[in-house]
Amino acid sequence: MLDVVPETARVKTLRLDVPDWPGHLPGQHVDVRLTAEDGYQAQRSYSIASPPDRPLELTVELIEDGEVSPYLTEELRTGDRFELRGPVGGYFVWEPSRGGPLFLVAGGSGVVPFRAMLLQLASTGADVHATLLHSSRSWEDVIYRDELTELADAEIKVVHTLTRSQPEGWDGYARRVDSEMLTEAGPPPDARPHVYVCGPTPFVETVANALVGLGHDPATVRTERFGPTGG
Amino acid sequence: MSDPIISRGFRGRRRDDGGGDRIPPGQYETDDFPVLSAGPTPRTPLDAWDFTIIGEVDKLRRWTWEEFRALPSEEITVDIHCVTKWSKLDTAWEGVAVDTLLDGVETSAEYLVAFCDGGYTTNLPLEDVLDGKAWVAFAYDGEPLDPEHGGPARLLVPHLYFWKSAKWVRGLKLTTTEEPGFWEVNGYHLYGDPWRGQRYWGD
Repeated sequence: MLDVVPETARVKTLRLDVPDWPGHLPGQHVDVRLTAEDGYQAQRSYSIASPPDRPLELTVELIEDGEVSPYLTEELRTGDRFELRGPVGGYFVWEPSRGGPLFLVAGGSGVVPFRAMLLQLASTGADVHATLLHSSRSWEDVIYRDELTELADAEIKVVHTLTRSQPEGWDGYARRVDSEMLTEAGPPPDARPHVYVCGPTPFVETVANALVGLGHDPATVRTERFGPTGG
Repeated sequence: MSDPIISRGFRGRRRDDGGGDRIPPGQYETDDFPVLSAGPTPRTPLDAWDFTIIGEVDKLRRWTWEEFRALPSEEITVDIHCVTKWSKLDTAWEGVAVDTLLDGVETSAEYLVAFCDGGYTTNLPLEDVLDGKAWVAFAYDGEPLDPEHGGPARLLVPHLYFWKSAKWVRGLKLTTTEEPGFWEVNGYHLYGDPWRGQRYWGD
């Protein structure tokens, strides 16, 4: 590991130097395997946070009773080594050549694969209109808040909703994602957007059902759920 | 990942509840029932639902929901293993054995593709769904199967990674050659034996 960048109180980004990394597509994940001195092993999957042209980055949310995330976020130090397998997954991926419009809907740390997509989009300057709708508990919990705000321009639109608490003077959304918010924030079904939804299972269920209800073709809605067990 | 790198300071969470020899390598036990799928949850009304056996068969078989539910069913208690690393022990299902659905079918096929609402597919060797190894399940824990867990009916093939237990299954296409399904063309193993760690291409 090269170094650690804190994102929020519970979320850190690990910058890694991976020998012989074969490259990846935004949206793919890796398997992390940790081995204890007595040979005991634990594996978990993490979405890749970085675009293909940068050192590999993983953004990890601390799950208090988890097994792997407390080690990655609290114990791991610069120079430490661990095993990675990947990149894995060929479905929940997007790269600029696939075109747009792109509609990304994230719950909490579900924003991680979207950071890779948006950073690549911004660096290639492709003519693709992208919208990120990001649901977080509070302003302090917004992962990549400053970084993605800086990315926003005529092509990239970033919309937040804060579900539990809002800073004073907040005039943005302050509720869970619903059909009305999806309609206001995102491209209409007629635009045939590529839609990606990532977050905890109940979030993804709700959002994906709402999108289909609004008339988005189910075949254009790609989902990635992470379960309550995490790790 | 053959020669493990020791992770300094990593201890991990040992299990001491005796589930150890039922948990395949790289898996951990969960009491939850996580949901994983690639798209929105399809909802097919039962009066529009049917189950068909197509492909390399002497003649097509088809059951409506009522006909399917009138078939003899079995209660099954099995351990399940998801490629995303969780395993869940002693899960209780009710379903129709694939043996029952294929009873009397004449075929030269050696493989099949399960096809589903929402367009999902997965491939299996025919012998892996025969002789009491696979079911089309319609109940979990004594209740009708929730849509997010694959209801009204899903395939249940517990000896393989759980993506093979296709949700929202609507039929089986018997084939003479192996036709990779949805995850199998997207980087996941063609067979998927959890005890051999067959997660991805090349495992």
